[in-house]
Amino acid sequence: MDFTGLIIILMSSVLVNNYVLSQFLGICPFLGVSKKLNQAVGMGFSVIFVMVIATTVTWPIQYYLLNSYGLSYMQTIVFILVIAALVQFIEIALKKFIPSLHKSLGVYLPLITTNCAVLGVTIENIDESFTFTESIVNSLGCGLGFLLAMVLFSGVRSKIDEAEIPKCFKGLPATLIAASFVSMAFFGFKGIVG
Amino acid sequence: MSNKNSNLSILLKGLLLENPVFVLILGTCPTLATSKTIIDALGMGLAATAVLICSNMVISLIRRFIPDTVRIPCYIVIIAGFVTVVEMFIHAYLPSLYEALGVYLPLITVNCIILGRAEMFASKNTVFKSALDGVGMGLGFTLALLSIATIREVIGAGTFAGIEIPVLVDFKIKFLQETPGGFLVYGIMIAVVYKLTHGKAPKKTKFGCESCPSFAVCGGVKCDNTAKEAK
Repeated sequence: MDFTGLIIILMSSVLVNNYVLSQFLGICPFLGVSKKLNQAVGMGFSVIFVMVIATTVTWPIQYYLLNSYGLSYMQTIVFILVIAALVQFIEIALKKFIPSLHKSLGVYLPLITTNCAVLGVTIENIDESFTFTESIVNSLGCGLGFLLAMVLFSGVRSKIDEAEIPKCFKGLPATLIAASFVSMAFFGFKGIVG
Repeated sequence: MSNKNSNLSILLKGLLLENPVFVLILGTCPTLATSKTIIDALGMGLAATAVLICSNMVISLIRRFIPDTVRIPCYIVIIAGFVTVVEMFIHAYLPSLYEALGVYLPLITVNCIILGRAEMFASKNTVFKSALDGVGMGLGFTLALLSIATIREVIGAGTFAGIEIPVLVDFKIKFLQETPGGFLVYGIMIAVVYKLTHGKAPKKTKFGCESCPSFAVCGGVKCDNTAKEAK
């Protein structure tokens, strides 16, 4: 695979097929953690980190273990277990080596296990039959897209909290409608990358 | 759970008062992603319901044998097992639905409704009650998906379950079929359900993290939204 191909995969996963804003994956942390900018950034980076590592681990498992022994139907179970173990490991590692980051991110890490974006990207890499390098680039792109969406949205969200809105729209409904507008902006990227 | 745990109330509370999608705000990703057309929504809803009922029953059966510290991984493995079964079943008998749901089918594993109910209900209740809870919550999920999908398909594509509606098909608002439309309709539906249930719902003053079904899973992150809802 040549270099331009990788760039196309990266751009399309960051902008065109943005996981949060055009594929509806990882909505829960997107809505839950996007209140403050620093939390959004922290969550975004931990998702990038987990996504790339999860792909590095699950891709060889799929091709060298599951496929060669005819066990590809075990994909979902194996992948979710690997991701759960990884998240646990990252939590322990952070606690040991970067306690300050663990303090601010600790509560979000368990959420990453049930973050459908992480499981989604590992399965997508297999479904699209990407090579190993392409898979890594795609995961990186999806993670960056997630970070971008989180950061943009935390800005929008700080404005909603100050706005005067009808009582029944307070909280989540207003947030979702704002997400709709942000997603509309990303809709404009459709079609720029073949 | 509420003070009276009668079987009927367990079954019915999932439909509106504790609707997993509109009130508890769980499972947002599949709700938004598969509510484009009514057929997809129905397929997704029923698949998730089947997994929910089975996993609730099994988790309730073995709840005394699972060590507390590793319960979440245990639940995830059980749920992933049932998801695989349902996935293979749909692949074999409903290939077109399998194509339409795509990656969202294996992603039922990480649907927070299922893990949330396992943690909050099935791990504390009898098998029969857990099964009822699974049916109620599953139907609530299906109904919520269907209501969003109906709005999005009828107005967005001018069809109902694939059948064209004479006048609407000429004046369709394609926006609702796309991603932003999904967010918009879901937001409005939550507001409407909040308005509807506000008078009838039992007082939910203590919507703290302990009473939230996904507390152990989310670590209190999402509870902010739910608590804000209830106020």
